[in-house]
Amino acid sequence: MKPAAFTYHRAHDVADAVALLTDLAAAGEDPKVIAGGQSLMPMMNFRLARPSALVDLGPLRRLPAMTAIRSDGDHLTLGALVTHHAVEKATLPEGFAVLSRAMRWVGHLPIRSRGTVAGSLVHGDATAEWCLLALLLDAVVVAEGPSGRREIPADELFHGFYATAVDLDEVVVEVRFTRPAPHAALCEFARRHGDFAVVDAAVALDLEGTAATGGRIVLGGVAPAPVRVPEAEAVLAAGGAAGDALWGAVADAAAAAVDPPDDATTTAAYRRRLTRTLVADACREASGGLR
Amino acid sequence: MTATELPGDGHATEPRAEGPRFDGHRGRWVGASIPRHEDPRLLTGRGRFVDDITLSGMLHAGFVRATVAHAQITGIDLTATRAVEGVVAAYDASDLALGDIVALLDRPAEEFTPTAMPILAKDKIRFVGEPLAIVVARDPYAVEDGIEAAVVEHTALDAIVDEETALRASTTVHDEAPDNVLLDVSMFDTPGVDEAFADADVTVEVTTRSGRQNALPLETRGVVVSWDARDDQLLVQTCTQVPHQVRTLVARCLDVPERTVRVTVPDMGGGFGQKCVVGREEVAVAAVAQRLHRPVKWIEDRREALTAGFLAREQTYRTRAAFDADGHITALDVDVVCDMGAYSCYPFTAGIEPLMASAEMPSVYRVPAYRVRGRALTSNKAPTAPYRGVSRPQYVVAIERVMERAARELGLDPVEVRRRNVITEFPYTGVNAVTYDPGTYRESLDLAEATIRDEGWYELRESTDRHIGIGFCCFSERTGYGSEAFAKRKMTVVPGFDLSEIRMDTTGAVVVTSGTMNHGQSHETTFAQIVADRLGIDTARVKLRQGDTERIAYGWGTFASRSVTIGGSAVALASQRLGELLCRIAAHLLETRPDNVALDGDGGVVQLDDPDRRLTYEDIADVAYLRSHLLPKDVEPALTATASFDVPGDGTFSNATHAVVVEADPGTGAIRILRYACVEDCGVVIHPKVVEGQCRGGIAQGIAGALFEEITYDAHGEPSAASFIDYLVPTATEIPDVSIAHLETPCAFTENGAKGAGEGGTIGAPAAVLNAVNDALRHTGVELDATPIHPRVVLDALEGGL
Amino acid sequence: MNDPHLLSLTVNGTEQEVVVEPRRTLADVLRHDLRLTGTHVGCEHGVCGACTVLLDDAPVRACLVFAVQAEGAEVRTVESLDAEGRLSDLQQAFSDHHGLQCGFCTPGFLMLAEGVLDEQPDASREEIREALSANLCRCTGYQTIVDAVHATACSRRQEIPS
Repeated sequence: MKPAAFTYHRAHDVADAVALLTDLAAAGEDPKVIAGGQSLMPMMNFRLARPSALVDLGPLRRLPAMTAIRSDGDHLTLGALVTHHAVEKATLPEGFAVLSRAMRWVGHLPIRSRGTVAGSLVHGDATAEWCLLALLLDAVVVAEGPSGRREIPADELFHGFYATAVDLDEVVVEVRFTRPAPHAALCEFARRHGDFAVVDAAVALDLEGTAATGGRIVLGGVAPAPVRVPEAEAVLAAGGAAGDALWGAVADAAAAAVDPPDDATTTAAYRRRLTRTLVADACREASGGLR
Repeated sequence: MTATELPGDGHATEPRAEGPRFDGHRGRWVGASIPRHEDPRLLTGRGRFVDDITLSGMLHAGFVRATVAHAQITGIDLTATRAVEGVVAAYDASDLALGDIVALLDRPAEEFTPTAMPILAKDKIRFVGEPLAIVVARDPYAVEDGIEAAVVEHTALDAIVDEETALRASTTVHDEAPDNVLLDVSMFDTPGVDEAFADADVTVEVTTRSGRQNALPLETRGVVVSWDARDDQLLVQTCTQVPHQVRTLVARCLDVPERTVRVTVPDMGGGFGQKCVVGREEVAVAAVAQRLHRPVKWIEDRREALTAGFLAREQTYRTRAAFDADGHITALDVDVVCDMGAYSCYPFTAGIEPLMASAEMPSVYRVPAYRVRGRALTSNKAPTAPYRGVSRPQYVVAIERVMERAARELGLDPVEVRRRNVITEFPYTGVNAVTYDPGTYRESLDLAEATIRDEGWYELRESTDRHIGIGFCCFSERTGYGSEAFAKRKMTVVPGFDLSEIRMDTTGAVVVTSGTMNHGQSHETTFAQIVADRLGIDTARVKLRQGDTERIAYGWGTFASRSVTIGGSAVALASQRLGELLCRIAAHLLETRPDNVALDGDGGVVQLDDPDRRLTYEDIADVAYLRSHLLPKDVEPALTATASFDVPGDGTFSNATHAVVVEADPGTGAIRILRYACVEDCGVVIHPKVVEGQCRGGIAQGIAGALFEEITYDAHGEPSAASFIDYLVPTATEIPDVSIAHLETPCAFTENGAKGAGEGGTIGAPAAVLNAVNDALRHTGVELDATPIHPRVVLDALEGGL
Repeated sequence: MNDPHLLSLTVNGTEQEVVVEPRRTLADVLRHDLRLTGTHVGCEHGVCGACTVLLDDAPVRACLVFAVQAEGAEVRTVESLDAEGRLSDLQQAFSDHHGLQCGFCTPGFLMLAEGVLDEQPDASREEIREALSANLCRCTGYQTIVDAVHATACSRRQEIPS
């Protein structure tokens, strides 16, 4: 399990990285960006991924913006090289505290110490916590390419099966979360602690006192990409007393709406059943324990 | 017998060989949890594992492996491989022309079909991952580049992937076995089986299945082979549990005198049975090192270990049992089918699993009438090797499920049903013609139940709407299989004895050898405790040497919980003989009668009638080596002694009861273990922490089999788990704390009163967990009889089907 | 293509220069180029944790880092823990609690534990258990490893383990 050969290129700043990607591609290479490498390297060790060139963003860690966690009123901006663990340790504004709390689900400490937020989003795993959180909190991915910077909203980011809207010649610069959610939670189920989730659910509730007035439901593991569930959100939008009856109705609506895959890992029916459990659990947790 | 604080105060009452010996076998050291001799090097990163070995000019090897399960090979082209930068050589089977690995049983053709395992596949591919060619390069990265460049052409055949496709036999894995059956034995069929079923008040039928697992030593297999021109020897450094078996087989496959092969074993990162058979890769690497006259290393990677390493466990038991109205079992009728994969392993053969199960199925119960059919099927899956427990985890599941089912049918408590059937008088010769030495079957069951009851788990179970279940498993485990017991299997290679040599140097320190092979079991510590007590010296003065075929004439290695029973007995006997020699020389030097001296327990020999007259071992060694003219005329120079030991008869049985409390999560079906208690009896405990470590580690592997780990194959024979993403080895959050209570029934016929302790945990856990899960599901009407238990299945049961 | 790179890094306080292929993992460079074989390799895909080392003080999988990415970094391996033949408190606790059998996973667990204890000095036994679930052990059943790390945590904060 040794990776195939590649050429290695250290980027010194974002423009350098973009230029390297462009030039390597023009030279017929198949370059790829590496930051923390925690998703890419296992695939390279299995030779399931075999880029002919790697552009390492590691040296960009010395640029403060790349590792900064900045709170700006209703926005939270994470530099592209912020690690999962940095988010886990950070004291975030209430509207984004769910990000810190959710980090315990991301692999284990050694993975979280090295893996980056942007890397996880660009990898686009359908169960990745960051992908769910991006949809939950309206993340905007800022990417720089040969023709400059552009902003990709989360709902345009995921194309399914590890494909994202970030182009091969683009480098993510930062990720901006634009929708604070003080009542939010992420719950997931894996057969073994720290594994990729079978199903995971992220919930943000709009609460007025003990009444729910709306919210957002995001699921992973039920489709090729993380998805919002409008049918379940509609139940929340219809409003009602926060508590198990409402959470159950939301969960039932989510479970009925999804069309999860039957695969070698488990069945569609089981995923649907987990959806119901996890959505209800996440609602309860997001509400601060209202039953 | 009750649970005792360790070390206990009793020991084997069997009279020992007469002789001047320090305080028998229960002195200062045996029974104490002393610091492990292995620890300092392993904790500081200064151990030496196979992959830590680097030799000058060393090359690296890897294997071109089959990507389909079943096919005729029509061509292997290594031209492009040989052209890859860094590749030095590449060979297929025709290039190397090596002898096959053939494991045999001395059984008639209708019972056993011999098959050959070629070192590299010749004409046919029999499983995904089978080695087809070996590539040698300057580093492991280039090796993989070379492997990628190989071109293999083949004509695919239908894959045999389960019992149904095997027995349908539309195609055959081996031409020699047209029915895909390698072993088919019908045993015992004692009088009265059919009558007992006809007369039964209750008949229960249970079909139990266990998934295919990987023993999964964290260190994968590996080998470094070099040619030593001065010794005229191939030096094979490999992580094996059976170094002499590797030597024998390398010599046979390479067709060289066995003298020209030396096998040494460095530190080994676990084995659990997977490394107690000889692999093809080791032999292939030896062949290329011999051919190239350069050191060659092969380290199995994890993908290979999961798909092409030896697997284990996939078995089905169709068990029928007859009971009377009082819950006594009156007959047992079993059909055992083991899916052994593509090849018969050396030296045990594909018969190992069904023969073990057939011989021992009645377990700890008085079964008056018994009939069994045991079959080993061959399939297009990676071959299997013995794995910690060998069929016992599975037949214990079968018989323990029978007890639970009978209890339900009879309206009795399942512990009570066991209590009414368990063997209580020893020695007990069963319907299976096996004689069980004394143990604490009933006592362990009572104590385990009392533990759970006293802690209030039954009350909690009854008073809550949570899905809580309590399960038990009572079992024994034959340890210390001697040659007599193995011979009953009719293997043509019969393990059993072990040898030991002990040498004392001029400083009074000793080096002792054993044919057993430590790979985590702490032999360097426990054997030193045995020797230290026999000679009355500090354990720090005892060094154990294992794993070098030049130092030990022959040895059977470490498997089947044999090390402390057999190897430990051999080192004890050798130590005792050395003590006798020390006394003889001392008596001569003290000018007194030999029966007037004794070891003094403090590194010396004392004159009994004048305790002021004493010689230290250094004094005696000084004479034995440096002033040998002072020795008695009939004593040769040097302080050495040798011994062999073999367990007579049917071996010695350790036993245990496991009690488990689980909770099923109604939202996910996940099983959480709330409490795990183990009551075990392995005779005299040499080192309590080591025994507890063996129990806990074994239980963790048993839980892994019960709840997590499985390699399945699709209809094309493609394995499901090629990485740790898919093969679910449990972590610290899945494995609970385990309490361990010791009972102690010393073995009468091992030198130290010890029985084996290596496998019990793994044997008991699957049945205990499965029973507990079924208890948690008791209101659902669903009973589960297969492992691993997927949470989906539990959730289905809780919800009455989705 | 694939030209060797000159790599400078500090390992256990010693500056090292190595010429490496870009694809060579940090685990392989530590073990085979620098001959620090205490760091073990168990899966090469970041799950088993046998290769865990501290990279700039954070525990990481050395199989999931290309050595070239560690340019200028400080690496600590198991070989750094003992001093003049004396085991560290954590190593001693592993021995006292029988937290190792075959010893293959042990260096990874030791370095993981050092990272965890540094990060969460106040960790409870259950928090330690969850953190240690990052690595696989096949011998012990984990209980005694958790005990050893918990005992070390308690003694470092001068508590008696409860």
